[in-house]
This record gives sequence, C-alpha cells and structure tokens, in this order.
Amino acid sequence: MLIELKNIVKNYDNGGIITRVLHGVNLGVEDGEFIAIIGPSGSGKSTLMHTIGFLDRPTEGDYLFNGENTKDFTDDELARIRNERIGFVFQSFNLLPRTTVLDNVMLPLFYSTNKKGHEHKAKVALEAVGLGDRLQFMSNQISGGQKQRVAIARALVCDPKVIFADEPTGNLDSKSGSTVMHILEKLNKEGRTIILVTHDMNVALHAKRIVTIRDGEIVKDQPIPESERVHSKAVSD
Amino acid sequence: MRNFLSDIKVTIKNLLARKGRSFLTILGIIIGVSGVIIIISLGAGAQSLVLGQITKLGTNLIGVLPGKSNENGPPTAVFGVQIKTLTLNDANALKNINNVPHATAVAAFVNGSATLIAGRESVDTSVVSTDGTYPKIQNVDMAKGQFFTEEEGNSGSNVIVLGYDVATSLFPNGDELGQIVKIKISNNNPASNSDVGSIPFRVVGVQKKIGTAAFQNQDDQVFIPFIIGQRQLLGIDYVQFIRIKVDDAANVKMTMEDVTRVLREQHNIKNPNDDDFDVRDLANAIKVLTNITGTLNIFLSLMAAISLVVGGIGIMNIMLVTVSERTREIGLRKAIGATRKNIRSQFLFESIILTLSGGIIGIVAGILISYLIAIGARFAGYDWAFIISPIAIFLAVFVSILTGVVFGLYPAIKAAKLDPIVALHYE
Repeated sequence: MLIELKNIVKNYDNGGIITRVLHGVNLGVEDGEFIAIIGPSGSGKSTLMHTIGFLDRPTEGDYLFNGENTKDFTDDELARIRNERIGFVFQSFNLLPRTTVLDNVMLPLFYSTNKKGHEHKAKVALEAVGLGDRLQFMSNQISGGQKQRVAIARALVCDPKVIFADEPTGNLDSKSGSTVMHILEKLNKEGRTIILVTHDMNVALHAKRIVTIRDGEIVKDQPIPESERVHSKAVSD
Repeated sequence: MRNFLSDIKVTIKNLLARKGRSFLTILGIIIGVSGVIIIISLGAGAQSLVLGQITKLGTNLIGVLPGKSNENGPPTAVFGVQIKTLTLNDANALKNINNVPHATAVAAFVNGSATLIAGRESVDTSVVSTDGTYPKIQNVDMAKGQFFTEEEGNSGSNVIVLGYDVATSLFPNGDELGQIVKIKISNNNPASNSDVGSIPFRVVGVQKKIGTAAFQNQDDQVFIPFIIGQRQLLGIDYVQFIRIKVDDAANVKMTMEDVTRVLREQHNIKNPNDDDFDVRDLANAIKVLTNITGTLNIFLSLMAAISLVVGGIGIMNIMLVTVSERTREIGLRKAIGATRKNIRSQFLFESIILTLSGGIIGIVAGILISYLIAIGARFAGYDWAFIISPIAIFLAVFVSILTGVVFGLYPAIKAAKLDPIVALHYE
C-alpha cells in the first residue's frame, strides 16, 4: 500500500472557533492507481489532498506513506518527501513569472539532494509533455494549456511516485484540458500513481476509481469499469 | 549552504527579472555608500590642502603668539582678541644668538590694512610690518628689485616691497622700482582728515606672483620695516607675532624650550602656568588642524551612516512588499520541496546581494564623483589631492553586507514562516 489513511481528522482553528473539516477519513491507495477525489466545494476534498500531499498535517489519525507512519516526521523530512516522492499540478499553474520554461521545470531539482544532470532531466520531462521545443520561452509567453503542461513537467522532473493534480483542467479550455488529461493517463500507464481532485465528473471519469467526499467524510468509493472510463486524446494547440 | 554558487546564480537571476525595482531598492544604499566615500575623500583632500598650505609657509618654523592657550586648541589670537604681552624687547632678546643658539632668523610682525596711493591709483591692501630677516624665514621670490635689507628694516627706512597684485594695481605700466607710494595712516577716528597723515615709501622690490598660501592671497599684500609700521602706521607698542627659523628640524623642540625660557626671563615668570605667550611649531599647527578635520570627518561620516540606515530601512520595506507579492511563489517553492531554511536563505541572499551591489555601485559612483570634485578643485587653482581611502571602501562593503543581513532577516523569516497552503491560495 502506497498511501494509507487511518481515521484522519482535520480541525481548523479560526480564532477559537474550531471547524472540523475531515471527520475520520480512511483511505488506501495502491501503487500505480489512478483515483479521482470528487465532491462539491467545501466538502473537504482540498483539505484531504493537502493532507495526503504533506502540505498539511492531520489533527488526529495516522498517515502511512510507503508503509511508514509520517506522524513524527519533521518539517524538513516532509519537505523532502514533497520534493522526491510527490509532484503537484495546480489549477492555476503556479509557474514563476519572467522565468524560462526550462528554469521553471528545473526548480524542484534546486531543492533536491541530487546535484547532477538538472538540465537534462528537465529537458526529458519537457519532452514527455511535448514541449521540448519551448525550453527558452518565458513562462508568460505560452498558452494556458502549455503552462499546465510545463507544470506537469515540473511535477515529473524529480521522478515522483505520486502526482497530485488539483483541478488541473479548471482554468483550461476543453482542447487544452483534453491534452492535459491525455498526459496524465499516459503517466499512469507508465506506472505512476495519479491522484486527481476535481468537482467535474467528466474529468473524474478518466480515473480507474472515484472517491466521493461530502461534509468531510468519504461517502462513496467505487472502481470505474473500463467501459465507463473516458479517454482523452492529445489535441495540438 | 548546499550549493552556494548555484544559490547566488539563481538569486541574481531572480533580481535581474525585476531590474527596475531592484535598482530603486538599492538607490538608498548607493547614495549612502557614495556619500561615505565622497565625504571621506573630500575630508582627506581638504586635509592635504590645508597641510600643503601650511608647509608652503616653510618648515622648521616656530611661531610665538601673545597670550596663553591650550596647546591642542587654536591660538587665542584666532578669536580676535588683541593681546599686548609680546613686545619688541622680547623679539630682540630672541634675536640674541646667545639666548637662542639654533635660531637662524627671527622676525617680528604686526599686520594691518591700509590704503596705498601712487599717483592717481590707490588700493586697499594688507600691510605686513616685519624685519629684514623675513626672506630667511619665508621663501621670497622677487620679480623686480629685492626685499629690504636687515639694516633698512632695523633703522625703519621708508622702503616698501609690493605684492604682485598690488604692484599691478598701482603701476599698470610697470616700472615700479624707485617710485613713491603713500600709505594713509590708520586712524580709529573716522572724522580725522586722513589726507594729512600719510607716509611716503620708496618701492625697493616687487614679489613674483605666489597665489594662495595659508588661505590668504599672498599677492595682495605689501611689506614695510617693522618699526615704522608699528609706531607710525598703527601707533601701537606691542608685537602681534614672532616667527623663528630653526637651523635644523631636529633642533625645533630644543629651540622652543629656549624661546620659552628667554620669554619667561623677559616677563619675569616663575610659574609655567602664568605664561602670557604661546610657542608653537608647525607640527603643532598641523596637529591642531588634523584634529579639527578629523572631528569633521567623523561627524560627516556619521551623517552618511545615518543615510545608510535609512537606505537599509528602505530595503526592508521593499523586501516585505516582495515577500507578500511573492506569497504564491513561496507557497509553490514549499510545495515542491523547499524547506524553511531554503526560503529564508533565498530572501536573505536577495537582500544581501541587493545591498552589496548597491554598495559596489555606490563605491564606483563615490570614487567617480570624488575624482570630478578633485579635478574641479584643481581647475579652480587649489592644490587638491585625490585621495580614496581603502579603509573607506572596505567599510562600505562591510556595512552594505551588514545592512542586507540586518534589514533582510525579518522579511526572510517572515517568508520562511508562510504556510504553504495559505500561500498557494493567496490572491
């Protein structure tokens, strides 16, 4: 089991008023899965993703990553997991402005303990998302779809086990979104675990398993038969 | 630091991505640092100018002034007080070779200003009344004729030596030697008819053009024998100052002691605290001036240091703005594996590199401006030395790095503390 959540509770303290966002979530994710977490806004799906992605710590419960309980990990150890084991793709891309595509993709390597071959790794990752010819473009000179592909390349560059995608198509038109989903499917086929967070069922149906969350609890967890899955094609832009 | 060089490279890249802002940020540091460099350079230049002016007067000189004053302070006479404790008898006693064996020349002085008339021309100038030994004490370059002799000086002959500017004013056509110049007798009573009281003098020499020394135009003055100037022109019985030339620099100290002893005998002084005169050598004068310019330097450098602090606060301000503007970037960096330490050193680095480059630009600008000032001063006729102190440069670099650390630390800590989730969703 790659990811194992045991009775995860997350409270937020807003000046003395405690809001419980996750009410004891249990979830297991195997290596190589493609799961979508869906739910309306305010359901706690973002909090769940932040917790699984080590951006936040649970208030209660245990989180086993690759069999290790992460409860007592230091902030620096969590930063290292984020750097080496996890890749993030955000809705709003979060590329550094006034910086080249290549430098953006190389950014995680800057924080990595591995000091060699940064540029080569970044180029390989950009080839994988079909942007091998855009290396020296500034991040603000490319289209939204291309930006998200740069973000995927950035998530890939440290060769992580899991890729988290938080509404990756939310800011894209359908053509660009289709390309992005195609890339995620391809990465899953190559053996990477994909965890997708979305409120859009059409996007979620790319996954092999859909977890529905509502009011901080998992209300449904079902595999999607191959016949019901949606597959996207790469569309040139 | 994991990889120092690549850290620096990335930081410089970050800063260059915002050239305009970066430059405005460090403007305060540039001004502060160049201010320090300029002030220290100007101070050193002014000091060398002052010292140059003093040494132009000649070395191995001892001055005797009336009145007692603190040896590290300026002489009492500077404050405009007329003290009458020094007399011609004192000067004569000092002239006695048995009393002061190492003195090669002694000259007494009284100065005044008066109107000189030659034919239709007249000019106001300063009149120096002194002895015929003057050329032995001070380098005198004569354009025409010569300085009056010791005999002419001692006997109080009606002879006069003209400074270059005075000569050209009174005798536009030249041919000054042997001509008669009248000096109006100074009279404190403005109602008196000054036409009656004028003394004729025969021109025996004209000085070459000298320029400025000791901050006085040496060409706008005339020399007459001491006795006639003191008694007839000014109507006083005291000496304003005495200058003594010593045969060798090594004997200056001993001669000063001789002079002091002679004057105490003359004035019947038993207790040194009762001294009513002041014996100084040039080294002393130089020390006094160095003290004054040194104090001035410290004061001005403090002002410049304050401007550096103000510049540093400016940096802190901008860094804080930068941190909140780049909140999302910080969140992203944390999400992809940056530790608090990484973020802190990134921002600290940025501020240090900012202030350091501000310091370097400031040093270059300061040197350039100091150089231009030196050229300007030389063009205006001053003997100005262009001096850049390596200590000032070292200090400027050190202080600008320090400013970066001190004023960059708080924003850097603030950036490092940001919660990645909050930072990522910051708009």
